[in-house]
Amino acid sequence: CVGDLDRTPKYDVTSASVYANPANYKSVLAKLYAILSVSGQQGPAGKPDISGIDEGTSNYMRLLWKLQELPTDEAKIAWNDATIQDINKITWSSSDGFITAMYNRIYYMVSLSNEFIRETSDGKLSERGISGQAATDAKAYRAEARFLRALAYFHAIDMFGAVPFVTEVDAPGSFLPKQVSRAELFTYVESELKAIETELAAPKAGEYGRADRAAAQALLARMYLNAQVYTGTARYTDAVAYAKKVIDGGAYKLDASYANLFLADNNNSPEIIFPITFDGTRTQTYGGMTFLVHAAVGGSMSPSTFGVNGGWGGIRSTKNLTDQFPDVTATADKRGLFYTDGQDQDISNLGDFTKGIPSTKYKNVTSAGKPGSSDTFVDTDFPLIRLGDMYLTYAEAVLRGGTGGDLTTALSYVNLLRTRAKAAPLTSLNLEQILQERARELYWEGYRRTDLIRYDRFAGGTYLWPWKGGVKEGRAIDAKFNLYPIPSTDLVANPSLKQNTGY
Amino acid sequence: LAAFLLLIVLGTGRVMAQDQTITGVVTETDGTPLPGVTVALKGTSRGANTDATGNYRIMAPATGTLVFSFVGKTPQEVPVGGKTVVNITLADDSKSLQEVVVTGYGTQRRKDLTGSIAAISSEEFQKGNIVTPEQLITGKLAGVAITPPSGQPGGTSQIRIRGGSSLNASNDPLVVIDNVPVDNTNVSGAANALSLINPNDIETFTVLKDASAAAIYGARAANGVILITTKRGASGAPRISFSTLGSVSLLTKKVSVFSADAYRALINDTSPEANFATADQRKLLGTASTDWQDQIFQAGISSDNNLSVSGSMNNIPYRLSYGYTTQNGILKTSNFQRNSVALNLSPKFLNNNLRVDISAKGSIINNRFANEGAIGAAAEFDPTRPVFSGVDTFGGFFEWLDPATGRPNTLAPRNPLGLLYNKEDRSQVNRFVGNVQLDYKLPFLTGLRANLNLALDASSSKGTIVIPSYAGEQYARGANRPGITGDLSTIGGRNNQYSQTRTNKTLEFYLNYAKDIKSINSRVDVTGGYSYQDFIRDEPAYADNLYDGRQLNPAGIPFNTQYTLLAFFGRANYTFNERYTATATIRRDGTSRFGQDARWGWFPSVGAAWSIKDEAFLKNSTTISALKLRLGYGVTGQQDLSGTGASNYAYLPRYTSSDPTAQYQFGNTFYPTLRAEGYDANLKWEQTESLNAAVDYALFNGRISGSIDFYDKKTKDLLAVIPVAAGSNLTNRILTNVGNLQNRGVEFTINTTPVKKEDLSVDVGFNITYNENKITNLSKVPDPNNIGNQTGDISGGTGNQIQIQSVGYPTNSFFVNQQVYGANGRPLEGVYVDRSVDGTINVNDRYRYQTANPKLFLGFTSQVTAGRFSGGFVLRGNFGNYVYNNLQSRLGTYQTLVNSFGYLANGSTNVLDTRFRNQQFFSDYYVQNAAFVRMDNLNLGYNFGNVFGGRSNLRASATVQNVFVITKYTGIDPEISNGIDNNFYPRPRTFSVGLNLDL
Repeated sequence: CVGDLDRTPKYDVTSASVYANPANYKSVLAKLYAILSVSGQQGPAGKPDISGIDEGTSNYMRLLWKLQELPTDEAKIAWNDATIQDINKITWSSSDGFITAMYNRIYYMVSLSNEFIRETSDGKLSERGISGQAATDAKAYRAEARFLRALAYFHAIDMFGAVPFVTEVDAPGSFLPKQVSRAELFTYVESELKAIETELAAPKAGEYGRADRAAAQALLARMYLNAQVYTGTARYTDAVAYAKKVIDGGAYKLDASYANLFLADNNNSPEIIFPITFDGTRTQTYGGMTFLVHAAVGGSMSPSTFGVNGGWGGIRSTKNLTDQFPDVTATADKRGLFYTDGQDQDISNLGDFTKGIPSTKYKNVTSAGKPGSSDTFVDTDFPLIRLGDMYLTYAEAVLRGGTGGDLTTALSYVNLLRTRAKAAPLTSLNLEQILQERARELYWEGYRRTDLIRYDRFAGGTYLWPWKGGVKEGRAIDAKFNLYPIPSTDLVANPSLKQNTGY
Repeated sequence: LAAFLLLIVLGTGRVMAQDQTITGVVTETDGTPLPGVTVALKGTSRGANTDATGNYRIMAPATGTLVFSFVGKTPQEVPVGGKTVVNITLADDSKSLQEVVVTGYGTQRRKDLTGSIAAISSEEFQKGNIVTPEQLITGKLAGVAITPPSGQPGGTSQIRIRGGSSLNASNDPLVVIDNVPVDNTNVSGAANALSLINPNDIETFTVLKDASAAAIYGARAANGVILITTKRGASGAPRISFSTLGSVSLLTKKVSVFSADAYRALINDTSPEANFATADQRKLLGTASTDWQDQIFQAGISSDNNLSVSGSMNNIPYRLSYGYTTQNGILKTSNFQRNSVALNLSPKFLNNNLRVDISAKGSIINNRFANEGAIGAAAEFDPTRPVFSGVDTFGGFFEWLDPATGRPNTLAPRNPLGLLYNKEDRSQVNRFVGNVQLDYKLPFLTGLRANLNLALDASSSKGTIVIPSYAGEQYARGANRPGITGDLSTIGGRNNQYSQTRTNKTLEFYLNYAKDIKSINSRVDVTGGYSYQDFIRDEPAYADNLYDGRQLNPAGIPFNTQYTLLAFFGRANYTFNERYTATATIRRDGTSRFGQDARWGWFPSVGAAWSIKDEAFLKNSTTISALKLRLGYGVTGQQDLSGTGASNYAYLPRYTSSDPTAQYQFGNTFYPTLRAEGYDANLKWEQTESLNAAVDYALFNGRISGSIDFYDKKTKDLLAVIPVAAGSNLTNRILTNVGNLQNRGVEFTINTTPVKKEDLSVDVGFNITYNENKITNLSKVPDPNNIGNQTGDISGGTGNQIQIQSVGYPTNSFFVNQQVYGANGRPLEGVYVDRSVDGTINVNDRYRYQTANPKLFLGFTSQVTAGRFSGGFVLRGNFGNYVYNNLQSRLGTYQTLVNSFGYLANGSTNVLDTRFRNQQFFSDYYVQNAAFVRMDNLNLGYNFGNVFGGRSNLRASATVQNVFVITKYTGIDPEISNGIDNNFYPRPRTFSVGLNLDL
């Protein structure tokens, strides 16, 4: 009877059996993408990917959005969820649960990608006798897993700086990953993205939702634009080159309507290079776009206008954002999508949704005005990488001295965006205008914190906005806040790590 | 009967020539005849039993000695001394050190015990409307903390023996019913796994508290063992017992929220101190006056009826019982019904050398679970609104609506009565626990017996949750779904089901050899055995449907799990000179939950006892009737992962499929995903080492008795869920063996009989336990900067946790900010002590303040018998325990009374004390002293005696449960097992009257 102690699960499968059948590979790859979108193996919640925090509040996209937007002038949240007000006010600590969860989601993506890359190595494929189309597909999937890992590491570079480094060489176990510098990790991610550039499908040639060559190129452009911050070495020429590759590739085109980029049928948008996909019935989560649409609805806003059954009364903008627009009615600039009825521009109380101006940018309604497939969960996809950003990246990199491009093209690119928005074209261009244009074009898309840091307006006191530093008028904050702290949980679990300066 | 006696006589073989027939009657101390007493002729295998009238007949020589014995009575040896009639009275021995105690895989004389074992039998049980077994012993035993269930019918008690020895793994003791170790994790659809056993069938409870007693159950014994023995038949004519009990339960205390008038006054209050509502918000005030708590609670009527027949038929002692219980909760719509049948047969074969014990217990429970969300909603719902709206929508119940759509406002609470009446949450649970135990005295060696136990514990449950489509709670759930068409009022609701089956099998075999070796003044008792248990749980997956059965979401992945436990065990007990006893046990346990290299563990124990009373210098003491020292040490284990969230396959690398609602889109196709799971291939046993030192004493002929125990339990390799180094595993936290935990304490018990006269006796018992619990390590590499792992979800906001596991502190310490108070004594909103002295207030300023675990708990019981009257009470107290008043922290702010979402809500009157505008969840203000003294039980009985002639007996009783609570805590009940008071189903006060008739 001693053999009865070898029990195996009935419905779960063992690693060996998963990889024996190439038909499973796409499902494992789908999980890697789904890490960005859902919080676990049950929609909207259940069998969570990471534990120790509420699933919905810690979904990858939702955290990315919160950590990039809430500490800035673009958005504030009204709730009392754990330490979320510390993110609003930039008074966080290394014990912060949200920061810890973001870090954990990043490493979740890294670890699961490593596992897949390890199990689909050429050696393993031939060992299992997988050849022909199945092997070709597996290699393509592997390249995408490397892209997703690079994306996660990019988020680590941007938010945490010097972090632990693991690759497919490191099998799961109880070892302590070594920390690498921000610049070393940058070099690694750069080399990875370049290595897979040609292995990925040609721009727009693959299935919707999957990363293609343009996604890798756009991510590289974004990294090069911020290289000065990340590594101390400017890489504006590379930024120009890679933005140009995406633009000149021609596969992706500006959407004729700015508003359509953020609606329930935005999977049809010609502009979105890399989305995080959602679906009201089949990809359900309390994070992601469900969060972003519901949370921006409150006060006297009618939830059904947004295709949802109720608002969560959470997020709205400070006046610093609305002040970037000629009006808040999307008249002189179609991008100024705000709701003002019953809302005070002044955020006198962070806990009160009616203080501040919510944006109406994201809706669970199609471009034809039809509601999404569920009014609880949202169909709209999140445009993580889109062409519009590449135009602005090109322009900024040129202005910052990158070669390989020119100012005339830069101006024309910016004006393409402005024209689409029915805003008056600019006649000349400077860096200040780029920052403003980025706010108008890309607000609430998860860029703001990175942009303010690149312009050196985040930490310090040169630029203030309401509740910066925890006071209503805003105040200067310490330079340490340009990076999030390494979570204290990881310092305990991995004593070899060094905390970011100042924490 | 004659034939029976003849059989015995023939069976005993030769009858000596000088033998004569001895007859007599055996009675209890109160004079009632005692059937089933074993009468043996000392030094021979000759024996007899008393019949239904207590009479016996045996052949014995004039110089022989008769030994009278009966479970629960002090055995007596009476020399025949030439008499032909020997009448004796057998006294209860539960308060002496003489009794035989169930110890797991056999029994032992209490005198020979070295471990800490507490036994309590049916006459000492708590009385009244008791639905689940563990409530029988609440407050009765030192070291055993039983937190009674909430008001939920059939609800779960929390049982903790000497504190919890685990952090994330289960802290529940192992429960063994009639020698079957049962699975006591929750059966789905049942509030409590033990609720499937009828308390009226239980004869004794025995609790193995320390390792030297419990280690025989090795792997599963780290949190102690509870052995339950059910009632058995005695020889003789059938005895019929019937009991019926009717009770009514009433709400004792309401949550302090505003009345309608006070609420209107407050919203309209424009004084500078209040003035929080806007003109628009004031316009939302209604004109009705509704006390929502009065609306949702009711007087709960319950009844409990039991019929049993016991006796002996064709020489086979039997007991058959049937019980029917129905319990209505004080929350409207909650109901629990149980039909239970128990059958015990104890035939003997082969000249009584083969004893067979057959036990079968079956029960069917029907539950209707009330929607407990109504409790929170009743505290919150606007008191100025009526129950009914006057129109038919939402079942006629008033709901706050979204003016644009006419649908219920998703952020507002739902109508509390609507929540109750518009949800039918029903389950039916069937459970069967049965075993056949064969105990065979091997003929070739006196004292050697073999015991085989085959058991099946099987349950099946199914439940349905039905919410009409018009109900506010799930209104228009299918809105906008492709393919789901119809009026909004027809595309919502729920019509879902679930089911579960469990099949647990046990095979145990042991050999026992017990012998008095007179020549060397010794007694040995050796046991060795094998145990096999297999547990299978299966849960099919069901689709999520709308009320009318249309599918909203397809079924997810079904669930099935199995684990197997194997063990080899041995125990040796040696007593020298009736004075010195040593016990050693060893158990080797294997579990399928760990990998091949880690699945086996050794669990040894040793114990020693010295009966000082039997030493020459005390032998003749009339003051000290017993005095014994006990010392024990042992190692027990834990492999029960329930509570950790880990599966039974946590050591295996494996992949999990996603449900149809968590797929990912590629192109136009949605793919189910396959996820790699984090795992620790080296997962192994959690080990608890414990040390126990104790003194048992009895004075004045047992009129005062008790014991004092000192214990120290140290758990290492805790099965804890901790963060892993980022990147090193396939998730952020895994179940692994890390950390140490310590529980140490003192238990003191004293039972006294201050008055013992023919017509009046008074028993008073008192027990007190001091337990200190501390986490001593929590990480692989000890790190002073490790703040610990947060836990303790609270209501309000999302993902807020109020407790923490930190090194150097008790488990589940509250982790809060230190409130600063103003000159007027009021807490200052948002002002906390900057404990990290860095100029900002964040997590770094939180500190560990108190815990939910009581440091001291005591029980005080008394039973008085005066003629035909009897009465008693049970008082219980906990000290040093704190509760986080989540109700106040969530609802005690102006922010909760008014909002920008178009509705009004009631709140805690505590806002008048704090004047907080916004919620301050992490203020230590809300961590409140919850020490209490509760009278659990007050009972009165009257014995009418022999009213119908013969052996009949009629008794009547009246009981009040939860008589009163003395506490400073301001919430509705200070006794909250996890220390977080939120939407607590109130414990009612229950009044019962009952009749017991024996025929």
